[in-house]
Amino acid sequence: MLKIAVIGGRETVMGFKALGLDVFPVSGADEARKVLRSATGEGSEYAIIYIEENLTRELGREIDKFKDVPTPAIILIPGREGSTGLGMNALRAAVERAVGTNILDE
Amino acid sequence: MASTTITPTRMVLNQLKGRLKTARRGHKLLKDKRDELMRQFMDIIKRNKELRTKVEEGLTGAYSSLQVASSIMSPEMLEQSLMYPRQSVELGMTYKNIMSVNVPIYSFRTKNDDPSEIYPYGFAQTSGELDDALEKLAVVFNDMLELAQVEKTMQLLAEEIEKTRRRVNALEYVMIPELETNIKYISMKLEENENATKVRLLKVKEMVLQDAHHYKQ
Repeated sequence: MLKIAVIGGRETVMGFKALGLDVFPVSGADEARKVLRSATGEGSEYAIIYIEENLTRELGREIDKFKDVPTPAIILIPGREGSTGLGMNALRAAVERAVGTNILDE
Repeated sequence: MASTTITPTRMVLNQLKGRLKTARRGHKLLKDKRDELMRQFMDIIKRNKELRTKVEEGLTGAYSSLQVASSIMSPEMLEQSLMYPRQSVELGMTYKNIMSVNVPIYSFRTKNDDPSEIYPYGFAQTSGELDDALEKLAVVFNDMLELAQVEKTMQLLAEEIEKTRRRVNALEYVMIPELETNIKYISMKLEENENATKVRLLKVKEMVLQDAHHYKQ
């Protein structure tokens, strides 16, 4: 059976624990990188990984690696401080990649 | 260009004509594929944008409820309440084929179907705000799951569109014009040879006639 992981600050992930997801509280980008690597490693059961937006600033390359493969899906979620727009930016970048120009904000 | 290395023979000409035909057909097919992918992609990004906005709003709401709960309860208490989940999620995944792109479809099952069963604590020692926060989170989680599916689909489609677009352009602007120039080059060369042969034959005929009859034209 496949599983879902949530990576983020302690306060962010706490609630998801109660929903029965696997949570990984981390305190910084380096720790997040380690967790992300082990969660996406060989033979991993995680099909969806939710990761807090503000941790992903320095993990861009790690996350981009999984853009073109069917699993796992790495989805950015806003953290405690609210949305920083990074998730939307990722969407915009993908659109630009496909279409060649940004057609989202009209 | 490549025209310097090709040999101007009829065989090569036929080969090139065949390749041009295939390239034209491939170009048309790939263009159709690109258009269809683009159409699907448009629907998906629209849905993706909606879902993302919804999830971001929902999560912000859930967080603020959690914030309230944590200000009422002691942090140890809060952590203890949430530590042993009663709920667990099983995720299943199948693939759907969109224009030869395999995109994931998630299905999930929670162990407890009763929505009031999600609270992993007794109600005596916890605040109502925590219940509220968890309920909000449970609701937004459904959207999060769909978001994961839509966003992954979007990423995979984006990659495929990029690839297809490059192929279409390569065929349209490189391969087909190159084949056309080569074909033109060969047919002109062949025509030239033909003319040369004709002239030579005329000349030979003249010489032969002169030889046989001492005849002058």
